[in-house]
Amino acid sequence: MATIKIERDKCKGCVLCVDVCPYGLICQEKAINDQGYQYVVLEDPDGRCTGCTLCAVVCPDICIEVFK
Amino acid sequence: MKPVFSKPKALNDAVMHYCPGCGHGVVHRLVGEALDHFDILDRTVGVAPVGCAVLMYDYFNCDIIEAPHGRPPAVATGMKRSRPDLIIFAYQGDGDLASIGLAEIVHAANRGENVTVIFVNNTVYGMTGGQMAPTTLLGQQTTTSPYGRNLNTDGYPIRMAEMLATLEGTSYVARHAIDTPANILRARKSIFRAFEMQVKDMGFSFVELLTTCPTNWGMSSRESIRRIKEELIPYFPLGVFKEKEVADYI
Ligand code: SF4
Ligand code: SF4
Ligand code: SF4
Repeated sequence: MATIKIERDKCKGCVLCVDVCPYGLICQEKAINDQGYQYVVLEDPDGRCTGCTLCAVVCPDICIEVFK
Repeated sequence: MKPVFSKPKALNDAVMHYCPGCGHGVVHRLVGEALDHFDILDRTVGVAPVGCAVLMYDYFNCDIIEAPHGRPPAVATGMKRSRPDLIIFAYQGDGDLASIGLAEIVHAANRGENVTVIFVNNTVYGMTGGQMAPTTLLGQQTTTSPYGRNLNTDGYPIRMAEMLATLEGTSYVARHAIDTPANILRARKSIFRAFEMQVKDMGFSFVELLTTCPTNWGMSSRESIRRIKEELIPYFPLGVFKEKEVADYI
């Protein structure tokens, strides 16, 4: 079991995390956050996140925390 | 479940002002992780450049001093010589380090000052409005090279890491790219090594990082990451150019 927590209002919607997740578990929302960016969320209904940390490694705004 | 990846303690919770997809945030994190790893946060002072990282005092939980444009290596020299017990790092962009502050970086490196310099090379002046930098690639359009950098009038892009590696005074010189997770992890290792050199009084350490500037490249974050691999790395090769095993004279 693993998961990630994305700090919604720190995200700038650069989608670099979306591109590196091996399972495509991160999706960009249409709605905007406090900063005015279309933030991203984890969509992992089947619990496929492995906690590989790739998304957090590339995030320039350090808004992803990974749990395992 | 336990956290396996969290923000380093060396950084605070402020929202960074950098543009979406900008490489500065990743470099800040890697420096912060090094300060955590060696447990040196309470005796570290950073020197900020003039450039996009000018506000880095807002993000680090250690003292940061602001140097005039290009002068962080000179300010770092003064601090380290008067307080050798402190860990001093300079953080500079390519306009700051390779143009305005070229004399300061070359002489600090040549003297083998026991400081660490983190050099963020995104091939363009960022904060001042996207002008051509000494590192701008041939053909690259900027606000001061609207038809692309021209070899005949502007010369070749400068390779700082290779140049500093030729100086006897330098102890550790490397270049890495902030693009793929694998390259970011290599950059992390080198930044750790650079701080370790200073902790062990091994002399001058320098890590150049190829990063994106989506705003002044006129590209999306995605396209910028691709440009690092396709255009920057072929001209600015990655690797560790120099690593001394023993200190010269400290
Ligand atoms: S930790 Fe790995 S698997 Fe989980 S969301 Fe991030 S990239 Fe995807
Ligand atoms: S990498 Fe970070 S800032 Fe960019 S979209 Fe993902 S969570 Fe948001
Ligand atoms: S202008 Fe370029 S270097 Fe400066 S914050 Fe924006 S993307 Fe980063």
